[in-house]
Amino acid sequence: MDQGIVGSIFTVIVFVCFAGVVWWAFSSRNKKRFDEAANLPFADEDKKNHDKSKRES
Amino acid sequence: MSEISQAQPDYNYKVVRQFTIMTIVWGIVGMGLGVFIAAQLFAPALNFDIPYLTFSRLRPLHTNAVIFAFGGCALFATSYYIVQRTSQVRLFSDKLAAFTFWGWQAVIVLAIITLPMGLTTSKEYAELEWPIDILIALVWTAYVINFFGTLVIRKVSHIYVANWFLGAFMLTVLVLHIGNSMAIPVAFGKSYSLYAGAVDAMMQWWYGHNAVGFFLTAGFLGMMYYFVPKQAGRPVYSYRLSIVHFWALISLYIWAGPHHLHYTALPDWTQSLGMVMSIILFVPSWGGMINGIMTLSGAWHKLRTDPVLRFLIVSLSFYGMSTFEGPMMAIKTVNALSHYTDWTIGHVHSGALGWVAMVSIGSIYHLIPILFGQRAMYSTSLVNVHFWLATIGVVLYIVAMWMSGVLQGLMWRAVNADGTLTYSFVESLEASKPFYVVRFIGGLFVVAGMLIMAYNTYKTVRAPKGSIAADPATQPA
Repeated sequence: MDQGIVGSIFTVIVFVCFAGVVWWAFSSRNKKRFDEAANLPFADEDKKNHDKSKRES
Repeated sequence: MSEISQAQPDYNYKVVRQFTIMTIVWGIVGMGLGVFIAAQLFAPALNFDIPYLTFSRLRPLHTNAVIFAFGGCALFATSYYIVQRTSQVRLFSDKLAAFTFWGWQAVIVLAIITLPMGLTTSKEYAELEWPIDILIALVWTAYVINFFGTLVIRKVSHIYVANWFLGAFMLTVLVLHIGNSMAIPVAFGKSYSLYAGAVDAMMQWWYGHNAVGFFLTAGFLGMMYYFVPKQAGRPVYSYRLSIVHFWALISLYIWAGPHHLHYTALPDWTQSLGMVMSIILFVPSWGGMINGIMTLSGAWHKLRTDPVLRFLIVSLSFYGMSTFEGPMMAIKTVNALSHYTDWTIGHVHSGALGWVAMVSIGSIYHLIPILFGQRAMYSTSLVNVHFWLATIGVVLYIVAMWMSGVLQGLMWRAVNADGTLTYSFVESLEASKPFYVVRFIGGLFVVAGMLIMAYNTYKTVRAPKGSIAADPATQPA
């Protein structure tokens, strides 16, 4: 196999992988879990902070 | 707050505090050094004929200090903070965390000692000699274990996207550092690279460009994906786009290195591959930038009142600018004009000062009140002053370097009818001199901003706990 064929095969494989990632990210099946994940930065806010410097009596 | 809610874990904020403070300290040292060597470029007598103070020795110290000391400490601080908060669990190991802090500070101090002595491998951004390289590899391995260990013991089911970027940054930097630093030691302060000729150059820029791609981009994107939503008080614009952003970015960046070696002994096809990959890289870069900025969609008014958010959003604008400029400069015909000129320096600083420094500074202004038990920084108006100093400084810097760089490129390529060069090198140097003065002034603005940050931080840390009232403008909702 010459370099051109290897390059072509690799390009197709990478494209298929990319299409797979897009399909996975945008499929409606995964919407709920990604919405949950998107809110993770706020998820621990309503819990009382036990770091000593912030403890309020 | 009610006691019914489940208690927040006892996070390890000590290591985050340590790295946060050192970020500011090394920022001032590294940027101050940059201003000093910028002055040497128009006033060479400033090296005072002392070898330790020559541009050639201080320049690598400047780059190491801003990238690995300032940027590195910012990444350690924010990654340790983000991984704990989004995994809702304390760090995997406090001992490993302390080892990474003291180990990393030791690396920085050793750099400050060895680089002015002239001990260098001569590999750009990997100048430190082999004993220090081994220490870096140990500290970094401890960092990787601690970060991924924390993810393993997480109390939530998902791994937040910021942690994906941070994890990719850590793993790749470990591979890059060990790969590129392979050398045969001949003395305690001297080694020879395991690679030779064009292979050595390729290894070096595989490392060098991915230091930009993973250290200075993926790591700071992790910071962005946590602190922009947090400061804006709303989740990221599109979590699904962030997933595509992640996979596209990490699979493309690793191929872009050869654009540093256009028109060299590197095989032509490798140069073209590097060019094409660099151009495609524009797409995920802008996807990420748009995702970050659009997080503010519907809350744009917050930019008017919150200087911390302004730091974060303007950093993304600079990220967008430099990730447009970068692919353009990677095109061989453009590179023929830009390479080896000040345009490159301008490009690097639009990324480093505009994107990396501003997103770090914004994140740290968000962190300091939380870490030191306050509701806000000591002075929000000083944060605002810092923002304008930083912005004006960066704009002065990059505009001066663009003009100087294009001028140099045009002068160097100008030929007379008989084929001889129109200008000597010294003539182009004289033409650049006024721009070097402007660049120096821009740098002074940036350092002045950092000194104000240090003062503001000092006042915040020293104030009695909880004594600083919340500024309604800067409170994340």
